[in-house]
Amino acid sequence: MLQADWNPQGGFSFKNCQRNAFLESSLKGLRVPHARKTGTTIAGLVFQDGVILGADTRATNDSVVADKNCEKIHFIAPNIYCCGAGVAADAEMTTQMMASNMELHALSTGRKPRVVTVTRMLRQMLFRYQGHIGASLIVGGVDITGPLLYSVHPHGSYSRLLFTALGSGQEAAISVLEDRFKPNMTLEEGQQLIVEAVTAGILDDLGSGSNVDMCVITQAGAKIQRAVSTPAVISKRQGKYRYPKGTTAVMKETVTPLALEMIEETVQTMEVE
Amino acid sequence: MNTRGLGSQLKDSISVSELSASSPFGNHDILRRGFSCVKNELLPSHPLELSEKNFQLNQDKMNFSTLRNIQGLYAPLKLQMEFKAVKQVQRLPFLQSSNLSLDILRGSDESIGFEDILNDPSQSEIMGEPHMMMEYKLGLL
Repeated sequence: MLQADWNPQGGFSFKNCQRNAFLESSLKGLRVPHARKTGTTIAGLVFQDGVILGADTRATNDSVVADKNCEKIHFIAPNIYCCGAGVAADAEMTTQMMASNMELHALSTGRKPRVVTVTRMLRQMLFRYQGHIGASLIVGGVDITGPLLYSVHPHGSYSRLLFTALGSGQEAAISVLEDRFKPNMTLEEGQQLIVEAVTAGILDDLGSGSNVDMCVITQAGAKIQRAVSTPAVISKRQGKYRYPKGTTAVMKETVTPLALEMIEETVQTMEVE
Repeated sequence: MNTRGLGSQLKDSISVSELSASSPFGNHDILRRGFSCVKNELLPSHPLELSEKNFQLNQDKMNFSTLRNIQGLYAPLKLQMEFKAVKQVQRLPFLQSSNLSLDILRGSDESIGFEDILNDPSQSEIMGEPHMMMEYKLGLL
């Protein structure tokens, strides 16, 4: 087949959209595969020396827990980290691309990366795809201008804030933050507050769970701590549920021997050591 | 998304092979392209399809018009001349060219986007028929 102007482009391909729409409309009862969402609680706040980011570690697939211990705090630059909520793959690929772009940008300009650059690149990319890339991100870091915290939404809007929470558990986390946040807190107070906020999200929302991860970013550098706290412990079973042998009375027992004949025997030695 | 009516949403370049007959003896490939429907071939199948297809073009237009407003007419003219010159360095029609100079001129050699990760044309699984494409290019067809 000859195509007059064949100019293959990279990027997203929409070849299957019609076919998918057709399949969905014509086959009743078809369960369309959904992208796995993170069902998250992520939170961040600015304290006197820098920024603290916190996240839970559960990834859900509709109503099933897909991953009990996933990482939601992504590296962008040594002094900038990003928490991602929304569709797991979108958040992951977006943050990886941002990390690569920031490294290239830093090499090209010869300057250390800034939080506003990351935020602007994110906004421009998310707006270009009109919200179809479902990634809500909290970008936090300390650069030459000081500690900064931004929250970016899937359609490309952003806000610069002193504390914020995103994800399905954001209501619980935001209420804790609103109640107890003070500007210029110390490191211990900030860490305590972030753990409380993410724990509130974990206990209140079904889509968030497992442990609390935390990342502290200061002028000196960033430190990630996985599983800082585990609010929801699996409870022990209260009793034994197995029946002892002999609970059901045996009425009759018949034994039928099967006449089997050995046809072939092969021995395969296993390599031990 | 676009409220200016259906006309502005039509796909403007439709490859010739897709409009062929759908009879059992025609070369319409139901397995590869699905059932044929005129509406599906004229209207975009996804809200982002048209905007993504024309994205690079629109970016260039916007950049050139901003440059014209700031620095006058000569700057975008010279740049477009350089673009045209650099677009002429290509491989044979059925092979993928790297377009390195074009990337450098556009500044996209220093950034990574979805076009570098997904559907890399240099790794595409289909290729045009080499002899036919050369004959078409040389005007022998």
